[in-house]
Amino acid sequence: MARYVVNRLGQAVLLLFIVSMLGFAILHLAPGGPLSQFALSSQMTQEDLDRITRQLGLDRPLPVQYADWLWRMLRGDWGVSYRDGEPVLKIIGAHLGATFELMATATLIAVVLGCWIGILGAIRRYSIFDQLATVGAMVALSIPTFWFGLIAIYVFSVNLGWLPSGNRHTVGEEGSLLDMLHHLIAPALVLALVETAMWGRFMRSSMLDVINQDYIRTARAKGLPEWRILSQHALRNALLPMITVAGLQFPTLLGGALVTETVFTWPGMGRLFLDSIGYRDYPVVMGILMFSATMVLIGSLIADMLYAVVDPRIRVG
Amino acid sequence: MTAVVATDMVHLTPARAAWQRFRRHRLAMAGAVIIALLVFGSVFGPFLLPFDDKFIDIMHRFAPPLSGAHLLGTDELGRDVLARLMMGGRVSLTIGIIAMVIAMAVGIVIGTFAGFYGGIFGAALMRFVDAVLCFPAIFLLLALAALIEPGIVATTILISVTAWMSVARIVEAQVRALRERDFTAAAIAFGSSNLRIMFKELVPNAMAAIVVAATLNVAKAILLESYVSYLGYGIQPPAASWGNMLNNAQIYMTSAPWLAIAPGVAITLAVTSFNFLGDGLRDALDPRLDIH
Repeated sequence: MARYVVNRLGQAVLLLFIVSMLGFAILHLAPGGPLSQFALSSQMTQEDLDRITRQLGLDRPLPVQYADWLWRMLRGDWGVSYRDGEPVLKIIGAHLGATFELMATATLIAVVLGCWIGILGAIRRYSIFDQLATVGAMVALSIPTFWFGLIAIYVFSVNLGWLPSGNRHTVGEEGSLLDMLHHLIAPALVLALVETAMWGRFMRSSMLDVINQDYIRTARAKGLPEWRILSQHALRNALLPMITVAGLQFPTLLGGALVTETVFTWPGMGRLFLDSIGYRDYPVVMGILMFSATMVLIGSLIADMLYAVVDPRIRVG
Repeated sequence: MTAVVATDMVHLTPARAAWQRFRRHRLAMAGAVIIALLVFGSVFGPFLLPFDDKFIDIMHRFAPPLSGAHLLGTDELGRDVLARLMMGGRVSLTIGIIAMVIAMAVGIVIGTFAGFYGGIFGAALMRFVDAVLCFPAIFLLLALAALIEPGIVATTILISVTAWMSVARIVEAQVRALRERDFTAAAIAFGSSNLRIMFKELVPNAMAAIVVAATLNVAKAILLESYVSYLGYGIQPPAASWGNMLNNAQIYMTSAPWLAIAPGVAITLAVTSFNFLGDGLRDALDPRLDIH
């Protein structure tokens, strides 16, 4: 186990290093580079630009800048926003809660609904329910999330008036839990659509794998009641690989959150990312890019570790 | 009955057998037909319509569908929605296919080299693939799109930049397995060059997986184009794409919902069709093949 953990950790660190180099390259290979925001301003002369270049240390060789940048990243100094001079990590931190709230709710819905659909589909394979679920999942994976959000707003906010069309709170009711949930329903369901489809598909194939194993046949031969075979023997083993799915799902979930937040004017990291791109606020854009990649890495690391804990076969291989 | 079917199958060439399996996948057949219709409509449709997609007619703004000469109505500038949908289809479908071709080319080359040579070189290439995959595709796409002048060519290239990694993974796994097979050993014994073995022996043998990945990649590319154009960093007006037609639609959602419905349905239809087509091709080309 210890060897597996060390191996896996080493891999993660190596990946993080490559990720950081990619991030740095994107920032610097852009036309105008990190300075393009100032270069666009008519109030800047070339002299001013040269001075800022020196002040920000952008005249040094790239490897030196990279080493310096990486060292500061590791110490938690992710630079300051061009827009308002706030530290990048602080800005990201301020928006993280909203995104987390949205992603956690959507994941909860998706896991419950997706696993239920997947299990039922596997047990009653090729039934009408299974076929509808399979087709439905494919369509759900093909609908643009933002468009689904627009339609949801049109139906539930504009026409029926049941749900608010955006934002996280009603102005003046910031503390109310009911108000918060009321705002959360639509974006969480929209974000959950794709996730549910994915979980359903993985759950179905995992359950099918298990149902055809010898020990299930043994359980049947022992004369155990079917519900006990399914819930005690099959389900417990079929749920294990879902841990890996949670890790795999993470990038899609983050991307979906960005789009959902845009449609529902949800004040999270995705909206912040888009606003920062609009302002050419590169430190924040890069910060979020690095932050999300790091989260994806850590997510898959945790998923692999957990899987190794619950399934001893993994550690050997 | 089964015996008859079995003897029938013996006489089938692999291509015919694949076609028979594909034909039985009704959703994939439907997908192929819908794709054909969408392509046909986008290519020839604009010639059959009396309206130009960029013609602004302020006197006939927000005409609802079926209300007059305009089959799908007009938008906020009085432009014909159907004409824009067809011209947008040209852009969106072209981007989907060209981005797929580029992503496939890059993915196949990197995957083949990594799988064939293996060792530290292969591991390094695949860790690079893993690293790029850590960035959620939409984040990476938007960050890159914001850095350059938007346009059709730029959008196509950026989409392929964010889509080649999964192809590389699939091809690498296939090539690594095929490399151990006897025909590879025979090719080496014949003294074939490495490049020849890779691209004349290994890649053609991985073609089933590659064709399926390519089809699913078109779906992904069309979806990514719609995201990035909707958010304003892809295809720029007055040119239409299915994604950027939705860009303004949100504002007019209450008064003119058809502006949002038409392009959204087109995107969903196209993406679903390519996904089902990919599914059907997977069943047809290699029943054992499982990409997920």
